[in-house]
Amino acid sequence: MALLEIDKLSLSIRDIPILRDVNLSVEAGQVLGVVGESGSGKSITAMAIMQLLPVGAQWTGSVRLDGRGLEDCSEKDMCGLRGNDIGMVFQEPMTALNPVQTIGEQVAETILVHTGKSRREALQLARQALNRVDLPEEQFPLDRYPHDLSGGQRQRVVIAMAIALRPKLLIADEPTTALDVTTQAQILKLLKGLVEQDGMGLILITHDLAVVAEMADHIAIMKDGEVVEAGETLDLFRRMEHPYTKALFKASSHIPVRNAAHVAERGQSVLEVSKVVRDYPLPRRSLFKAPGHFRAVDHVTLSINRGENVGLVGESGCGKSTLTRAILALDSVQGGEIRLDGSLFSTRGSGPDRDMRRHVQVVFQDPYSSFNPRHRVGRLISEPFFLLDNPPVGEERQRRIDTALENVGLEAADAQKYIHEFSGGQRQRIAIARALIIEPSLIVLDEAVSALDVSIRAQILDLLAELSDRLAISYLFISHDLSVVRAITDRVLVMKSGQIVEEGPTEEVFLNPRHSYTRELLAATPILDEALKAREARAQTG
Amino acid sequence: MSESPVVPKQNDAATRPGLIRVALQSPSFMIGIVLTLCFTLAALVSFVWTPFDVTQLVISDKLKTPSGLHWFGTDNFGRDIFSMVMVGARTSIAVALIAVSIGICAGVPLGLLAAARHGSLLDEVIMRTNDLVFAFPALLMAIMITAVFGPGAINAIIAIGIFNIPVFARLARGAALSLWTRDYVLAARVSGKGPARISAEHILPNITNLLIVQGTIQFSLGILAEAGLAYVGLGTQPPLPSWGRMLSDAQTMIYIAPHMAIFPGLAIVFTVLGLNLMGDGMRDIFDPKLRRAR
Repeated sequence: MALLEIDKLSLSIRDIPILRDVNLSVEAGQVLGVVGESGSGKSITAMAIMQLLPVGAQWTGSVRLDGRGLEDCSEKDMCGLRGNDIGMVFQEPMTALNPVQTIGEQVAETILVHTGKSRREALQLARQALNRVDLPEEQFPLDRYPHDLSGGQRQRVVIAMAIALRPKLLIADEPTTALDVTTQAQILKLLKGLVEQDGMGLILITHDLAVVAEMADHIAIMKDGEVVEAGETLDLFRRMEHPYTKALFKASSHIPVRNAAHVAERGQSVLEVSKVVRDYPLPRRSLFKAPGHFRAVDHVTLSINRGENVGLVGESGCGKSTLTRAILALDSVQGGEIRLDGSLFSTRGSGPDRDMRRHVQVVFQDPYSSFNPRHRVGRLISEPFFLLDNPPVGEERQRRIDTALENVGLEAADAQKYIHEFSGGQRQRIAIARALIIEPSLIVLDEAVSALDVSIRAQILDLLAELSDRLAISYLFISHDLSVVRAITDRVLVMKSGQIVEEGPTEEVFLNPRHSYTRELLAATPILDEALKAREARAQTG
Repeated sequence: MSESPVVPKQNDAATRPGLIRVALQSPSFMIGIVLTLCFTLAALVSFVWTPFDVTQLVISDKLKTPSGLHWFGTDNFGRDIFSMVMVGARTSIAVALIAVSIGICAGVPLGLLAAARHGSLLDEVIMRTNDLVFAFPALLMAIMITAVFGPGAINAIIAIGIFNIPVFARLARGAALSLWTRDYVLAARVSGKGPARISAEHILPNITNLLIVQGTIQFSLGILAEAGLAYVGLGTQPPLPSWGRMLSDAQTMIYIAPHMAIFPGLAIVFTVLGLNLMGDGMRDIFDPKLRRAR
């Protein structure tokens, strides 16, 4: 009998149906990957298992854990189950821990609540749990606070809390989405190891097909509150009966069609960054000593030609965002110079003039905070007109707004709407329209597709590729997602600790990385095809 | 991943539907609105009509208890207290309104400027000066001003107004600082817009909610401060009636004619209560997080 069996689970919140006839089952010692895009109901399914549903939620069907039906459990029974039999790991390690409690207390808390153990015993068990998640005592004593730890280490503490009582079932809701690729690989390995050691069932909820292809024994694909396809991992990828599964698979490894031949023809350089230095002052330690500084960008040199798409990859804290802000002249630089279209844009002690800014525009990561909620779309996307000496007025202005909207696949009528009427993907199109409207030579895309679902991401990548080919715009594409960078860029730069460690044509770097850090990054990135091949090889030998 | 077709994400009050419906569902907000409207109405009507002339002394009618003719009774000079409360509302509202306007007109630009130049010497100078002004209560400020210029309604307005400046400056700066890190402000900077233009176009419209709510609260505090100043004789001067001075006049008669103290006292209590309820209610309505919790 399966450890967890969900049979015909339907759920509605205030009479709005959210889940319909969801059937899932998890065996002990196995990993079930639940995959879906945002709004598919994968997180609410996890909440239904934990019985942590929002007010007004009603459900029918049956959820059986180890043969016990949760529909018969009172809230008090559930409190006994949560943490004891079911553990949970959340997406955001930065907010999942209480900042004013030590990590030891937080792990011990679960133990104290569920067992009659003394504080001393609970702390001992907490120590063991932390050891199991590879936070050894010498470096991570129990009295550390969450702010002493990095994101990956915090996620380990969250996992330690979840597994402290050796639950039968662990639910991990996007456990690695907020983490860097190398950290993601470590956390996934840790989870896999724990499942094997304890014989736990693991439900891994994610949007990333590549991750489940590596990790999961069984996969369930969810869409609009229904499980559209489920089965054993290899079987499911071989069959792919449901059109949505196929679409999701295609979108995950989507490579936009590009006509890269044009790059060589237009040899002029658009952006030239030479030996740029960006320092942040550190707090003054002593009244008599000059305050120190932290060098976030250390003599970086790069150049981008007309129509060329250049990728900049690196982990969080490597200085890529700081470099972006310097290139956009939002911050002043402490050394070196930045040239746009051949003329000086920003150098030590002097910012750009208004005319120069016209050559560069930007698209940000978060489509929800990129727009002033009180302006209409027409006004939002025409904001860069401010840079022109004679901004178009009347009909001409309207015509350019219409063109910009049509260029990104929206309608002219959308100019009259407010931003909240659009979805995340549409908002990102509007952000691109805003960047395009004054026809800059360079657009900086700062994690521009990271917050989007895979199918929307594929559409935006197509749009970007098409615009770059048609309008000869160069992109500086900043991302931590190597597969996206590989899909859209001609050349890639790898950044680490404020320096560019490797640079070259994208395919060459990906196939034949020279620097050890690049190899590390590539090895950590889950790739769908390779994960499936490895799995198939294992299936044949085993 | 933040996209969710099931529960549409709504960030801002201006575009949220059903704002009026929500307002009607909040009883305390409705009580606040009704009380505030009553006193505003009384103040407005007093311009054209009062039951009796408040400057007319009728000694034969002095210290009458409330009756059909004199609804709130009369004072020790025979003046009708209901008429005086009506005219007093006018004084209170005028003083508080002008004082809050001074606070907003001077404080908000200062706060926005400090936020735009965050971390600079100017920011420090503005905020530390604010702290200095904030350290003196309105009453103390009024005593200082009257010591120099003599007592009067105008000086009371100036004193309360100056007291309001740091309140609004701090509020505006705090709210603006969080907005300055938004991507749309960065996008505006990439579009070459300067701090002044960004403050006017992107920051100010997005902090108006906060300012309106704080304005209501400061308005009620202004009425209290005006009453306090008038009570110690530093505010509105005779013969113009003021709630605070009516209370201080009633003090010596409190055992003979308690109605002289009760009615202006109640007027202050209900006006301040009404304004505070309205302010709290507005904050709840404008803040989607608090609203969902209810």
